[in-house]
Amino acid sequence: MIRANTSREHTNREYEQELRKLRELLLLMGAKAEEIINGSIRALIDRDSALAEQMIAVDRKINQLEIAIDELCMQVLARRQPVASDLRFLTTALKLVTDLERIGDLGVNICERVLELNGEPPLKPYIDLPNMTQEVQEMLHEALDAFVAADVERAQRVIARDKNVDAYYTQIFRELLTYMMEDPRNIFRATRLQSIAKYLERIGDHATNLGELVIFMVKGKDIRHAGKLSDSG
Amino acid sequence: MSANSNGKAEPAPKLIVRDLTVSYDGKKAVGPVSLDIVGQHVTALIGPSGCGKSTFLRSLNRMNELIPGCRVAGSVLLDDAPIYGPGIDPVAVRRRIGMVFQRSNPFPKSIQENVAYGLRIGGIDNPQEIAGRVELALTQAALWVEVRDRLNDSALGLSGGQQQRLCIARALAVEPEVLLMDEPASALDPIATAHIEELINELSESYTVVIVTHNMQQAARVADYTAFFYLGELVEFDRTDVIFTKPSNSRTEDYITGRFG
Repeated sequence: MIRANTSREHTNREYEQELRKLRELLLLMGAKAEEIINGSIRALIDRDSALAEQMIAVDRKINQLEIAIDELCMQVLARRQPVASDLRFLTTALKLVTDLERIGDLGVNICERVLELNGEPPLKPYIDLPNMTQEVQEMLHEALDAFVAADVERAQRVIARDKNVDAYYTQIFRELLTYMMEDPRNIFRATRLQSIAKYLERIGDHATNLGELVIFMVKGKDIRHAGKLSDSG
Repeated sequence: MSANSNGKAEPAPKLIVRDLTVSYDGKKAVGPVSLDIVGQHVTALIGPSGCGKSTFLRSLNRMNELIPGCRVAGSVLLDDAPIYGPGIDPVAVRRRIGMVFQRSNPFPKSIQENVAYGLRIGGIDNPQEIAGRVELALTQAALWVEVRDRLNDSALGLSGGQQQRLCIARALAVEPEVLLMDEPASALDPIATAHIEELINELSESYTVVIVTHNMQQAARVADYTAFFYLGELVEFDRTDVIFTKPSNSRTEDYITGRFG
């Protein structure tokens, strides 16, 4: 059973059902976002254009879930006037879907670059990009787990990992620059790979946002634009 | 528990309640409660039926003494002066701490006489002064415009919401400093309720208001501070925005989110 809030159930079962449904939809959307990250990079490595197309279809599902979740949140806000942890859960859900939806869009951007790259011979073997993808994918996965378990420490570990992603991006960018300087014919492919790395870096930022949202949901404390949970207050 | 749970400086308390315990026939109904009620603000008392919030409210102007078998221990200070104690006249206390009840209970008299009644009891008999004070009280209760042309009509001909505002005017006529309200809007329709809530907001500019309500959204709308009572105990007292977004006690959380039994 998925429980993001307190362990006790609402006296009103219909309300309880609505919140449970909301959690399930959010997790389904999160799973789709993970799928699109993994699939798009596998499409790159395996030069699998069919898989890239398939992932673009996954994004349409993510968009439908965004609308469904927004509608459900509106309905609960209008009908139940949630307060305290329920209110924080609802406002968190509304923001969470925005980050997840953006992750889906970035996944589509990766697929578009993959389709372009697949029309060209491979530039180089990929080493850092798969590692970066794994880091980003784990961050997203951990952020969703932290959401389910209402686990502040796990959410903070997600936030701390963002600097690893940034480091990968800098590294990949530097390497691609040398390829471009070596031979201008590499520029078309190198800029596409650089874009893909940038998309992954942005996905890392969205996973970081999810971690911050989880901390707000659990502790009622907004830590955005500060980076870490302060002990004061 | 004190109002200053967040450690910040708060406005001066109008009422200071210390270790107040109320029992009926030797059975404890509420307490011990310690609480500071901030002047010229609205404090809401919330909690399930039987939690002691109305008993607590009534003990703030010695209304409980009218109930046989009721005993009150502890202290309540109004502007640092005790309201319980030998030689203190409960009627004088109630003149400074007025009360409005759940069911509007106008006297079967004219609108004018309902408001003037307390003044006459208080020894005012100058008709001009009475007329002036009646107009002022009805204006403060946001009823004057609706009734000024029919002050001599029976109060029982008014609508429920108007009757309740008349009772508020009656309480205000004797110029109290504190207004206690026991579910003042629970028998009213949403529009009349909105009028009363707006009125509470306006009254808090000059009066200290303490309101008991079952409607948590109402507490969230009108109160600056909220106290949550459960099983005769004060569980949590804090600023209303804190109570409804991030309460510190899990029982408060369970109650306001609807997770109680």
